[in-house]
Amino acid sequence: MKDMPTADYISPGNTLCAGCGGILAVRIFHKVLGPNVAWVNAAGCMTVTMSYPLSPMKSNWLYTAFASAPAGAQGVRDALDVLIAKGKIPATEDMKVVVVTGDGAAYDIGLQSTAGAIDRRLDFYYLCYDNEAYGNTGFQVSSSTPYGSSTKTTPATAAYPIGNVSRKKDLFEVWRSMKAPYVATLANSHGVDFMRKVEKGAEIRGPKLYIALAACPTGWGFDPRESVELEKLAVAAGVWPLKESVDGVIRHTVVPRALTPVREYLKTQDRFSHLFEPEENSVAIAAIQESINGYWREAGAREGFQVKVPEQAAVKAPSS
Amino acid sequence: MHDRMPTEGGHTVEGGARLVKGKLLTGNVAAAAGAMLARVDYVPAYPITPQTEIIETIADWVREGKMDSRFVQVESEHSMLTAAGAASLAGARVFTATSSQGMLYTIEMLYNVSGWRAPMLLVNVSRGVAAPIVLEPDHNDVLAARDSGFLQLHSETCQEVTDLVLLAYRVAEDKRVMLPAIVNLDGFYLSFTREPVILPEQKKVDIFLPPYEPVTPMRASKPVSRGSSVFEGFLYSYFRYNQHGAALKAKEVFQAAAREFEGLFGRSYGPVEGFMLEDADYVIVMSNSFTALGRQAVKRMRERGVKAGLLKLIMLRPFPTEEIAALLRGRKVVAVFDQNLAPGSGGILYPEIAGTLYHVRGRPNAILPVVGALGGKQTTAKELEAVFEEMMAIDREGKIPSPMFLMRGEELSRVKKMVSIAEGKS
Repeated sequence: MKDMPTADYISPGNTLCAGCGGILAVRIFHKVLGPNVAWVNAAGCMTVTMSYPLSPMKSNWLYTAFASAPAGAQGVRDALDVLIAKGKIPATEDMKVVVVTGDGAAYDIGLQSTAGAIDRRLDFYYLCYDNEAYGNTGFQVSSSTPYGSSTKTTPATAAYPIGNVSRKKDLFEVWRSMKAPYVATLANSHGVDFMRKVEKGAEIRGPKLYIALAACPTGWGFDPRESVELEKLAVAAGVWPLKESVDGVIRHTVVPRALTPVREYLKTQDRFSHLFEPEENSVAIAAIQESINGYWREAGAREGFQVKVPEQAAVKAPSS
Repeated sequence: MHDRMPTEGGHTVEGGARLVKGKLLTGNVAAAAGAMLARVDYVPAYPITPQTEIIETIADWVREGKMDSRFVQVESEHSMLTAAGAASLAGARVFTATSSQGMLYTIEMLYNVSGWRAPMLLVNVSRGVAAPIVLEPDHNDVLAARDSGFLQLHSETCQEVTDLVLLAYRVAEDKRVMLPAIVNLDGFYLSFTREPVILPEQKKVDIFLPPYEPVTPMRASKPVSRGSSVFEGFLYSYFRYNQHGAALKAKEVFQAAAREFEGLFGRSYGPVEGFMLEDADYVIVMSNSFTALGRQAVKRMRERGVKAGLLKLIMLRPFPTEEIAALLRGRKVVAVFDQNLAPGSGGILYPEIAGTLYHVRGRPNAILPVVGALGGKQTTAKELEAVFEEMMAIDREGKIPSPMFLMRGEELSRVKKMVSIAEGKS
């Protein structure tokens, strides 16, 4: 961690919640990129940090719209290129163009414009801070929300005991399938891995896409001071695999020797509390564990590593 | 493709019975030529009928090295407007084009781009909006952008298309304005119709339209935040009023620019244009290509000894209230020809004209709402003569005008026949 750049481009005081994993990811990302950045934003938590006449950023910022931040990046990138090529501005005015959005924009409403930017091989970064729901509007389900999470629009009730029953969309694979030259996942708890991946992106021309786990104290329901610890637990439980894809070739950059049972992770957050109270939903928890185990077995077989997965307790059918 | 390449200046070609100056260009190529003459830096694009020829022409010229711009085809009109506005904020002169559904798909971004005060140009080639799907023009598409903060200039001829593109940049980029603009032309009637166009000389265009100088562009050396949130109503109101003030200012900026344009190129433009208005008692208000039919109807009415006249709207935003009031004052009856429909209300421009005239001394006795030519419906000068006859009847009988929805008897019988086929009755 001593390699972490000391320069900061985001002021310490801002309007986000205490313990926000999103702004922490943006801060680390910015440290590695350096000062010459044009952020292009879609509607989300980061949008409210820019409240006229204040800005916590020491770099350029453009809010576009919910669905089209990557198209905004296209406009800024193309304008800088053409103005430099025509000699209208000096090359020293060049910037790294970075889209920053939450998962609502990245997984749902903005996926079309992201696909367009990837198709066009746009030279840009995409940083998605993924808090697995529409956090800024108060925690509604997104296609990033994992199975079993309660949200404001998929509340767990007696009739709907699981909460959200759809599976988290695999955005890493979606982006990879579109032939993005670089795709990576990040966690704030793994700073060296995080920085190394941003540095690696800097060497690649074209779309460089990052999904950063963004622990969300208000949405997930945990003590803000636990934010980074919770991300560490997500990695240890294998819920949040740290990996990268270079020209389509996947490599896991952090491979846990033995996974912490997912139950330990789920227990820490209010969004999963219905899986434990009034009685433990062992079927649902076992299903979640099995999908994690399956993921690591498959990844291990492909990349030649072995991860010890938690043994499944015999599951008894839930009492009716 | 080469025959579409415009040459500088005009040359003489055979055009009908008399010799006309200029090169025969479609409205679409006239728009592309305007972009080339304006030396635009950047053209993000997305295809849609009947606009597509504009972006194809520009793509061609860029790839052949005839136009020093960056062209990129994106994946939707929404993204196209986002890229266009963002590039404008980064300091590029930006051109793009759309039609119909594409215009509707941009709406969210139109409001954003004008709020960013990014003076890009969007050419709209009018086409009716679905459902049902139609290809030919009416103005519901461009009028959906009416309140977006984009300036709007509407053209009757292919010559006007080229000229208004140049004028639009000049006004939009003026430091007192700094708002984006739309130049409108009708699909098919202008987009695919060749008319003689005198292309302004590049040297003179460069005098008229110097390079774009952005205000606070995004730069590494001087970072800015654009599109910041404003959470208090009073601040929001301030910025919105500011936008309104700039839009209003655009009228006199346009008028001054138009005088300079006339000095350089010899063609004069105003926010509105009159035809046989001097002593006219009955005046029809129109815009875009169907105005040509209106002129024909006016001439025929004049032949019949009726004091008919026409007022053409070129500028729709800002709305040129003073000019409209001055030219419609003292008329007996005015008809507003709306080539659009607001179901449940009527024509869109009618209330704007009526509101403009309310406080005018010597205002017309009656204002007749007319809706016609929806989806490019073939309209005859006879139909417009019927409008003048209705104006005269209103005047004679002192009755309150009731709205006219134009359709000929012969068309109605065809409708009935098709409906009966659809219902399986024949």
